[in-house]
This record gives sequence, C-alpha cells and structure tokens, in this order.
Amino acid sequence: MNLFFSLVVIAVLIALPWLLVGAAGLDYLFGVIVPYVALAVFVVGLIMRVLQWARLPVPFRTPTTCGQQKSLPWIKPSRLENPHSTLGVIGRMLLEVLFFRSLFRNTRSELRDSSRLTYFADKWLWAGGLAFHWAFLIVVARHFRFFLEPVPWCVSVMEGLDSFFQVGLPIIYLTDVIIIAALTYLFFRRIINPRLRYISLAADYFPLLLLLGIAVSGVWMRYFDKTDIVGIKELTMGLVTLSPVVPEGISALFFVHLFLVSALLIYFPFSKLVHAGGVFFSPTRNLANNNRVKRHINPWDYPVKVHTYEEYEDEFRDVMKAAEMPLEKE
Amino acid sequence: MYDAGKVILGIVVFLALVTFPLWYNLAGEVSVAAPELEKAEGSQCVQDAEWMRGHHMDLLDDWRDEVVRDGERYFVGPDGQRMEKSLSNTCLSCHVNKDKFCDRCHNYMSVDPYCWDCHVIPKEVM
Ligand code: HEM
Repeated sequence: MNLFFSLVVIAVLIALPWLLVGAAGLDYLFGVIVPYVALAVFVVGLIMRVLQWARLPVPFRTPTTCGQQKSLPWIKPSRLENPHSTLGVIGRMLLEVLFFRSLFRNTRSELRDSSRLTYFADKWLWAGGLAFHWAFLIVVARHFRFFLEPVPWCVSVMEGLDSFFQVGLPIIYLTDVIIIAALTYLFFRRIINPRLRYISLAADYFPLLLLLGIAVSGVWMRYFDKTDIVGIKELTMGLVTLSPVVPEGISALFFVHLFLVSALLIYFPFSKLVHAGGVFFSPTRNLANNNRVKRHINPWDYPVKVHTYEEYEDEFRDVMKAAEMPLEKE
Repeated sequence: MYDAGKVILGIVVFLALVTFPLWYNLAGEVSVAAPELEKAEGSQCVQDAEWMRGHHMDLLDDWRDEVVRDGERYFVGPDGQRMEKSLSNTCLSCHVNKDKFCDRCHNYMSVDPYCWDCHVIPKEVM
C-alpha cells in the first residue's frame, strides 16, 4: 500500500508536465512559476525548520560510547570518537557528514543455524548511501554549467574527471551510473527484505522514487531523447538572473525533469530529507563530551526549597537528645 | 534561540550558496543569452536545424563508425548530391569558422568534444 501510493504519486508528477506542457502549452507555468515557487518553499521551509530546532535547549551532553572518554592524563582519550574539545567535535562532524561514520557501525542480526542469534557488520547500507550522496553532490555541482556564464573552470574539471573513461557519446558520466545503481539498490533493499518492507512507509519509498525519477529523466535527456540544451541554458540563465524566458523547442522531457526537481525542493523541508540540515543539530554529534571537566547547569532548573540535615537537627535537637540519639552538634 | 551565532552563520552560508548563481552572473556582466552563431555558407544542411541541435553528435558518431569500420565514405545529401561523410571537409565547408559556430555553443554549455584531439581544424593546417 505504501509502495503503491508512492508509485501513483510519482506517476502523477511525471504525467502532469508531460501532458500539460505538450498539450495545453503551459510552458511558462512549468518552466518559470513552479520552479520559483519550489525554490522559495525550499529556502523558507528549511530556514524555518532550522530556527525551530535552534529554539530547543539541549542542556546536557550526551556521551555516546564510541571511544574512550577523556579522563586521567595517562589514559589515552579517543579524540574523534569521543571528543572533549570543539576541534574534536568538528572532526567528528566532518566524519559524519562526509563519510557517514555512525552508519559505518551498522550491524544486522539474523538467526543462524536454526536458532543462534548472530550479529554481524553490515556495510551495504553505508556503501549504498555514501555512493548515492556523493554522486548526487557531484551531479548537482556539474549542473552549475546551466546556471553560470562563463562556466567556471572547476565545473569543467569535474566534468572531465567524471567522463574519464570516454565511453559513449555524449560521454557517459560515472556519477550517472553510480547514482542510478545506488538508488536502485536502496529502493529494492526496502522491498526485498520482508522485515524492512514491514517498517517502510510511503515517506521512505517516495523520496527514493522521486530521486530515481529525476536521475532517470536527466539521463534519458542526455543520452537517449536529446533536446536543445542551448535553449535550456537560456531558460535556466533567465531563471537565475531573475529575467525568465521560455525559448521554443524544449522537449517535454525537460519539463518532467524540472518538475520532479521542483517537487523534491518542495518536499524537502517537510520530510526526512531535511536530515541534511538536521545532522548539524544532532546532540550526540555536535556536543563535546566534557561532562567531567565542566559543570553543565540545566537552564530551566528553578530554585528548589531544601531542608538540610543541619537545619533538621537544629529543629529537633531537644527531642533527639531526650531520645538519646547521636547528634552532630551538641 | 540557542547558539544564535553559529545558527545564523549556517543560514547565511546556505543563502549564499543558493543565491550564488545570481551574484556570479551579475558580477560577470556578460550577456546571458544564447550565443549568436555565424550563418552557414551553404543553403541546406544534411538534416534540419532542429534535429541537428540535439543530435549532431549522433550523426558524427554514426559517420565515424560507418567510415572507419565499414568503409562507407559517402552518403546522398538532402538535395540528392553525393557527399563525403567528413566533419572537416563537409560540415566545416559550410560552417567555415569553427570558433564562430561549433565553439560558441560548446563553450556556452561547457562541452569539450575530444574529436579535435586528433582531427585538425582546416584553417590551422594552412
Ligand atoms: C536535484 C537536482 C537534480 C538532479 C539530481 C539532477 C540529475 C540529473 C542527471 C543524473 C542528469 C544526467 C546527466 C548529468 O549527470 O549531467 C541530468 C541531466 C540534465 N539535467 Fe538535471 N538534475 C537536477 C536538477 C536539474 C535542474 C534544476 C535543471 C534545470 C533547471 C536540470 C537540467 C538538466 C538538463 C538540461 C540535463 C541534460 C543534460 C545534457 O543533455 O547533457 N537538472 N540531471
């Protein structure tokens, strides 16, 4: 049901621009208005989420037992896995953001030999996830050739490296192969494993299918159903310089690609995809574990009325003395 | 708001990244419109212009295979004329200036065809 729902939504998102641009000539809607609205929703939505997170107090440090905590001088602390300084926290955050350090610890449990529960390392999710994210980053960075004039040299260098093997025409980008392979794996991973399928929601299938739709439509446009990309660059340059134009002769496939990207931008701030910003707000990643060095006081602690033992003894000294109870002060 | 300094710095970096193309293109002060192409000297191309815009690389690729692998060096053009399947001799005989035709779009789109690694541009020979 979750899967079916996601498939239907994706089909509608593809059919809308496909049918409406071709038949009803709504190029301006799909080429200019929708992308602008999507970008506005993305930017404002993401900033709102971030401000919402920033308003939540996180008074205490959450030590995660990934490495030796800093304690006595002769015990070697693990500076990256259990950092006690800001520099260490930055290092841990970089490992997390660039290499998915904590996902690398992923384990799987399975019943083996009929009844023995076994835990073992499972790196496939980490590998698939990392492959997808890096390929995505490079694909998006390469897309800046549509948005910048003149195209900066770093984009050209990236294109050169990405088409290193000079296979096919236009030359096949390695990242195109990687992004589609990784997304396909991540998608089927959820379907094939029954336990994973049981816990998968539409919010898990939909982003994968949406990204797959974007990647496949882009690949289709580059390698199979080619269109006038100089016209497309006129459109994209118009968009980013705030003087939009929609030239003639751009295929409906491009509008499908652009509409799916717009859908992604709109969906992003309100879905699990917002982890892109959220990772920086993870208390187990962004706080130095310095509980033993520094006292952290809870900001919402109110002064508690206490009755100390000295005061208690003062109050009941006579009675206690009469009952021959031991006293601290005579 | 907690850690306001860091959060605002993050938001500023995010906004700078998102709006980067706008600043970059405004600062460049170059025309953002598609490049002007030099008019071809002949009267008719081997295919119509619209098809050529998207597919000229396919045509050249097919020609390359047919010439190099099958030895089929000639084709019959749209006006019934026998023509050579040759980038340098046929295409560039009408589009006489590579730098005012091919390169204009290729540079605009940051496309760097490796054809020219081996093939010489006719004018450069002279
Ligand atoms: C989430 C963002 C996007 C992703 C993941 C994405 C993905 C892709 C992929 C994988 C390709 C295949 C070729 C290549 O890798 O360069 C592609 C091609 C293409 N994309 Fe995107 N795309 C995105 C956003 C956009 C946007 C915003 C535009 C324009 C407004 C765009 C326009 C194009 C065009 C014109 C092509 C064809 C390139 C060619 O023919 O060489 N894409 N896209």
